Amino acid sequence: MIIGAVVILVLIFIIRLFYLQVVENDYKAWADSNAFLKKTLYPSRGMIYDRNGKLLVYNQPAYDIMLIMREIQPFDTLDFCNILGITKEQFIKRIVEVKDRRQNPGYSSYVPQVFMNHLSAQECGVLQEKLYKFPGFYIQNRINRQYEYPYAAHVLGNIGQVDKKDLKRDSYYVQGDESGRAGVERSYENILRGEKGVEILLRDVHGRIKGRFNEGKSDVAPVSGKNLTLSIDMDLQAYGEKLMKNKVGSIVMIEPKTGEVLCLVSSPNYDPGLLVGRQRGKNHKMLADNPDKPLIDRSITGFYPPGSTFKPTQGLIFLQEGVITTETMYTCAHGYTFRGGKPACHGHPSPLSLIPALATSCNSFFCWGLHDMLDSRRRYPTVQDAFDVWKNHLVSMGYGYALGIDLPGEKRGYIPNSKVYDKVHKGRWNSSTVISIAIGQGEISATPLQICNLAATIANRGHFITPHVVKEIQDTPLDTLYTQKRYPTIDSKYYDIVAEGMRNAVLGGTCWRAAIPGIEVCGKTGTAENPHGKDHSAFIGFAPYKNPKVAICVYVQNGGFGAAFGVPIGKLMMELYLKGEIAPEDKMLEEQISNTVVTSENIYSLVDRGL
Amino acid sequence: MGYRKTEIWKTVDWFTIILYLLMIVAGWFTICGASFEFDSVGLFDISGRPGFQLMWLGISLVVVFVILMLESDFFDVFAYLIYAAVIVLLIATIFLAPDTKGSHSWLKFGSFSIQPAEFAKFATALAVAKFMNSYGFQLTTIKNFSITLALIFLPMICIVLQKETGSALVYLAFFLMLYRVGMSGYILLAGVCAVAFFVTTMKFSEVVVGATAMGELIVSSLILAIVLILVAVVRRDRMAFQVILIGTAVAYLGGYITSLFVPVNFAWIAMGLIGLVVIYLLYLSIRDWVWHYALIASFALGSLAFMYSVDYVFDEILEPHQQIRIKVSLGLEDDPSGAGYNVSQSKIAIGSGGLTGKGFLNGTQTKLKYVPEQDTDFIFCTVGEEQGFIGSSLVLILFGVFIIRLVVLSERQNSTFNRVYGYSVASIFFFHLAINVGMVTGLTPVIGIPLPFFSYGGSSLLGFTILLFIFLRLDASRRER
Repeated sequence: MIIGAVVILVLIFIIRLFYLQVVENDYKAWADSNAFLKKTLYPSRGMIYDRNGKLLVYNQPAYDIMLIMREIQPFDTLDFCNILGITKEQFIKRIVEVKDRRQNPGYSSYVPQVFMNHLSAQECGVLQEKLYKFPGFYIQNRINRQYEYPYAAHVLGNIGQVDKKDLKRDSYYVQGDESGRAGVERSYENILRGEKGVEILLRDVHGRIKGRFNEGKSDVAPVSGKNLTLSIDMDLQAYGEKLMKNKVGSIVMIEPKTGEVLCLVSSPNYDPGLLVGRQRGKNHKMLADNPDKPLIDRSITGFYPPGSTFKPTQGLIFLQEGVITTETMYTCAHGYTFRGGKPACHGHPSPLSLIPALATSCNSFFCWGLHDMLDSRRRYPTVQDAFDVWKNHLVSMGYGYALGIDLPGEKRGYIPNSKVYDKVHKGRWNSSTVISIAIGQGEISATPLQICNLAATIANRGHFITPHVVKEIQDTPLDTLYTQKRYPTIDSKYYDIVAEGMRNAVLGGTCWRAAIPGIEVCGKTGTAENPHGKDHSAFIGFAPYKNPKVAICVYVQNGGFGAAFGVPIGKLMMELYLKGEIAPEDKMLEEQISNTVVTSENIYSLVDRGL
Repeated sequence: MGYRKTEIWKTVDWFTIILYLLMIVAGWFTICGASFEFDSVGLFDISGRPGFQLMWLGISLVVVFVILMLESDFFDVFAYLIYAAVIVLLIATIFLAPDTKGSHSWLKFGSFSIQPAEFAKFATALAVAKFMNSYGFQLTTIKNFSITLALIFLPMICIVLQKETGSALVYLAFFLMLYRVGMSGYILLAGVCAVAFFVTTMKFSEVVVGATAMGELIVSSLILAIVLILVAVVRRDRMAFQVILIGTAVAYLGGYITSLFVPVNFAWIAMGLIGLVVIYLLYLSIRDWVWHYALIASFALGSLAFMYSVDYVFDEILEPHQQIRIKVSLGLEDDPSGAGYNVSQSKIAIGSGGLTGKGFLNGTQTKLKYVPEQDTDFIFCTVGEEQGFIGSSLVLILFGVFIIRLVVLSERQNSTFNRVYGYSVASIFFFHLAINVGMVTGLTPVIGIPLPFFSYGGSSLLGFTILLFIFLRLDASRRER
């Protein structure tokens, strides 16, 4: 009986132990939260270089002051505030903010909260020494982004604290983390951020650190973020920003062969260094409130009427659809005679075929072409069918939808379809109703990137690679989107014709001023009519004519004729890129352009159309 | 005589000695684990607890040698003297011992201190064994039984006066021995029930679910269950067993259905059932003219009365602060900085060990001082955390085999003195194991007594060693008596 009692007792204990140690799993987690203080080790964020290997963005150590509310014990508040250079009121206010779950949804008295962020080493040094006086406060190493040049703010972007959405979307982040908020910092966040590491420290019952768990073997070292090499040429970018000073608009340059964006200027812009560290919030508000809207990247979000830069697409479509041949001639009498001289045109020989029409930028030619395409029932049963064929060609050329550049927020521009007109005109419409689209006006709008992509496609004689600003990711291949050729629904041979027209425009047409000695430049001006004010000045081009190295689009809001700003800016940019320097005789032009102020009253109406 | 001293190494029970050595070695390593500091120097540093314990192990082995070298008659002859000396020491301790955490049980001699209570166990066992070995001893006579109880309760009272209630409770282990040598099983049952009912009543005294007072319901249900078992085991009355079982089931079911419409205090149903069972048993008793039924009925009534008197005394007579102290000392009050905290941390430590444990010196909970008393009363946590389910089960099996071996050895003794002493030793180890591991795993209230051979402390190691080896010495020469 006694032996039985002993056996039963031991069995009861073994069953109990089995329950505690094998069946119930919570104890392990409790034990861990008891004893382990997991300290996050933040990785170094990837650095960013330009295409020539110039360092653009790097890291500088910064320090956050964290606090764990539960661990705070009474301390000398005044001393603490003096060290940090804040007032007691600020201190109290900040504590209230941290505890407020509406402002700080992730709040828990057990979890470290950010009390103050982005302190420099000097600011933090004194506190570090006296930290023992303030239980519950910790110093967390962070990084600040440092920008080598005050340019390319829109491409580079910036980092800022993660918001509620990020926290929900990606469990990688915790409250107080930072992530890319704009530019490549945002679109390449997962590559730049690296992997956080963790250091597991042992904490005794009084919260004192007693050493590293498992001699550090269970720690996870942080993995540094990967570096990015941009396709941007920083010198070119800086020069473009200089030329665009005091103007509103954009310069986009693409290497046609690769789709690499060489520069992506959006003006007005700002120094990316403004959006760093503790000044970020204040400066961001200042920029957001600025009526010039410098935060907006017009090169990929601006809805601009392409104007005459659209004409090459029309030539291509008409040739492809057999509406015209290279010999087809249309008359022009200072205007489109079919509609009583509207749209108007300027003085040039008449009648004329496609190549001279491109060279002289004849409006009538393209209006006639559209008329022949839409209104002739020989080819298409209805105007709607004809129009949708027209539209689909444009979509294949990259218009109407976002191209897919590796930057956040790209807009799609606007190419209407037949249903839009059916709705407006109750199904009864023809080419005359929509005639302005033939010359890139009316409902048509496009981003400077899309316009430049057309130039690149012509330079390639019929294909393009999706434009992108990142040339190389460290140890990682680029997305195939940025290496595969995309072919519009137009035969390559027609591009030769259009290219010849654009060559002639420089040789003896509207953009003769774009000519650079020794280089066969091709171009097309654009003067986009603006019902709200002065016309917009635009230019597309590529060079050299054979084996092109660069394609460009310049768009200056309210700049007037295409030849006024678009052409000279385009010339200077191509000259710098292709020759490496600006010829002395062009220095005057450079000065003149750079110093001209173009006021733009309705500065972002085009951006905001949001169609 | 010289002949026997060399023979002792042949006749002594080596199996038990090996178990003993296994336990003290495992115990020493566990103390190393429990008191290991992550940033400390070495295990053999004499200033640390492992070093001290090593010294006590050495002393213990010397004492083992001395005990085995003594004549076996020595203990019989000097039993009362030893007992008297220890009682004097215990009484002196009450007055001489300095206050350590509220208790007056440690005598300090320079840098080290001893706890006389640990040595009172073997002295009491010797005295009781000698008394029961006296000529014509009959446990069932009132006089003999009273003297036996007095021998047991005297040191117990002294220790209670030293404010070491836990250590005093160990003396209840002697009742296991008394049962083994002829005390009525009903007394043991009554004792166990009294403790169980007391603790349960306390623990659930303020818990009310719906209209039911849980304390009363649980105790009443326990009483019913025990009555049922008694009817089945003692009387082998299948008919009565079924009547009571079905009646109980029907009553509870009816109560449950009623409770869907009106609040029902199930405790009243249970107590009504007890009343009916008592009447039924009395009827059977008269019908068959068997007094066992009446005895069972009186047990049920007595238990009910006991429950109410506990409730009454506790609620009406004791002051609130006394109530709290009793509850806390029984581990019933969830005192986050006291007993409740200890148990929850202890369960976390053991539970985090998992199947195979974290490995020697790798336990975090015990080393980072989350478990209080981690190298003394709560030492088993370290075993659980570092050696896991497998290791701690092995330790329990080791103890089980050890105690069973002691019982087997006791059974084969020819003299009453040896047998009584052997059962006392087995009972004391059994009680320590049951209460200590029960407390650490959260099964029994927190009663601060050490786990033999594992808990840190020279007095307890030496006390248990002496307790054990006197028995092994007696066993080695059992044929001479």
